[in-house]
Amino acid sequence: MNASMNYLDGNAAAGELSRIFAVDLTSAQGQCANCSAKKSFAEAHLYMQCPGVVARCALCGHVLLRLVNVGRRAFLDLRGMTYLRFDTAQ
Amino acid sequence: MTWRTASVVRLRDETTTARTLALEVHDWPGHVAGQHVDVRLTAADGYSAVRSYSIASAPSADGLIEITVERLPDGEVSPYLTQQVTVGDELELRGPIGGWFVWRPEQVGPIQLVAGGSGIVPLMAMIRSHVSVDSTVPFRLLYSVREPGAIFYRDELRALSNRGASLVVTYAYTRVTPKGWPRPAGRIDRELIANRTWPSTHQPSSYVCGPTSFVEHAADLLIATGHDRDRIRTERFGATGERK
Amino acid sequence: MAIISRGFSGRRSGADAKLPPGQYLTTDFPVLSAGPTPNIALDRWEFTIDDGRNVLKRWDWKSIRDLPTDTIAVDLHCVTRWSKLGTSWEGVSLDALLAGLRTDLPYAMFRSYGDYTTNVPLKDVVNGQAWIAFKYDGRDLEPEHGGPARLLVPHLYLWKSAKWVKGMRLMPQDNPGFWENLGYHIYGDPWREQRYSEE
Repeated sequence: MNASMNYLDGNAAAGELSRIFAVDLTSAQGQCANCSAKKSFAEAHLYMQCPGVVARCALCGHVLLRLVNVGRRAFLDLRGMTYLRFDTAQ
Repeated sequence: MTWRTASVVRLRDETTTARTLALEVHDWPGHVAGQHVDVRLTAADGYSAVRSYSIASAPSADGLIEITVERLPDGEVSPYLTQQVTVGDELELRGPIGGWFVWRPEQVGPIQLVAGGSGIVPLMAMIRSHVSVDSTVPFRLLYSVREPGAIFYRDELRALSNRGASLVVTYAYTRVTPKGWPRPAGRIDRELIANRTWPSTHQPSSYVCGPTSFVEHAADLLIATGHDRDRIRTERFGATGERK
Repeated sequence: MAIISRGFSGRRSGADAKLPPGQYLTTDFPVLSAGPTPNIALDRWEFTIDDGRNVLKRWDWKSIRDLPTDTIAVDLHCVTRWSKLGTSWEGVSLDALLAGLRTDLPYAMFRSYGDYTTNVPLKDVVNGQAWIAFKYDGRDLEPEHGGPARLLVPHLYLWKSAKWVKGMRLMPQDNPGFWENLGYHIYGDPWREQRYSEE
């Protein structure tokens, strides 16, 4: 948690993420590659007031995911997560 | 997820600054309570702005949804939606969005809802969904607002909580209370959580929604009173209440 | 083809000012950030220049504030399309900081408290083109806008003006920083509308 509270959470990025992911990411569980915390993507701290989407670990602040939509292309960086676990039972 | 066209079919003021828009959405696939839509406005020169708004209405088969928009003093989209849009106008929207902050009738209760300001909107969809399927799952709502005039859906909440035990509503006022209100104005605190929300021993599933600082505060209080972190779901709106 | 929203124009104003292509004029000062606002104690603040092996120069808050400053009025152009004209800043020019330093390394990576980085050719931060700024509009720079000190390189898009700047690494190649390695242009000239990478 940080004092400036200038973040949202993973729910806020779901619309932008839907442009490239066919599945909802917010209920996926992710592991932070920095501190190994496991949380749903919905609980990540989202910074969207910038030239892209940046999701950070709620515990250690490490960047989990970055997404940039530039015109007709999207760039995605997922290096900050060891894995994302999806429920495919539906 | 594609952008769909929605027509404004009805407008209803909730407060002096908030308005509900009923939208008929082309090819609406249905939604689950708690999900939101992204609304896109485009100016004649191509400039566009996108904002997220929670769906306020219960899932229904008629292709109609409602969103409640609060007008922010320095907002770019909310003044347009609350003051300029008229019945018959068309909007573009994308959704339904979100699979985490949702309530489905199949879930076993009890349910604790905690709303800060406009965070009531997705929780109201859950309450309405609960009513529409005649669910007996017990719901409690703790609804924190600045002042009495800021309450959304006041009459409906009163009617529902008068009907029976499956919805109990507690209001908390942070700046101005109604006359004679027993609790002085202030943020929600540990005492309120302890007295007015489901005890942790009942193992409720909790949904907390509102501005980021409210959500962090409320979630911390729930955890401090023994609630399991994994049973608390949160949705943060911007510090000003607008989720971008 | 998007539906035009009847009567919507957004927050913008003033179409007559000379702006780079694709920009809109704003009168407020939007706060954009990729992370939490760092809380930097002035007694621990420092700005260093290194070459990847050795620290070449270092200032703490007191020593950098002892240097002569410039007060400048510049236009800001953000890649998210807003422009703010005639903003007033006070800071130490990079020329003053680089004075006496000899290097044949042609590029620089600026890094910030937090984890932000951005790359700029060295020739673009000399000759009165860049400052370490600590006052905006006559007042101490607010944390949300990059205080206590930020880089200011107004001839490039504002993402190059790293907030909460703490150091500059001279490098032989133009390695991409935080946004440059994810689709944004390596250089970022607003007048040639270099928003996105060419690949």
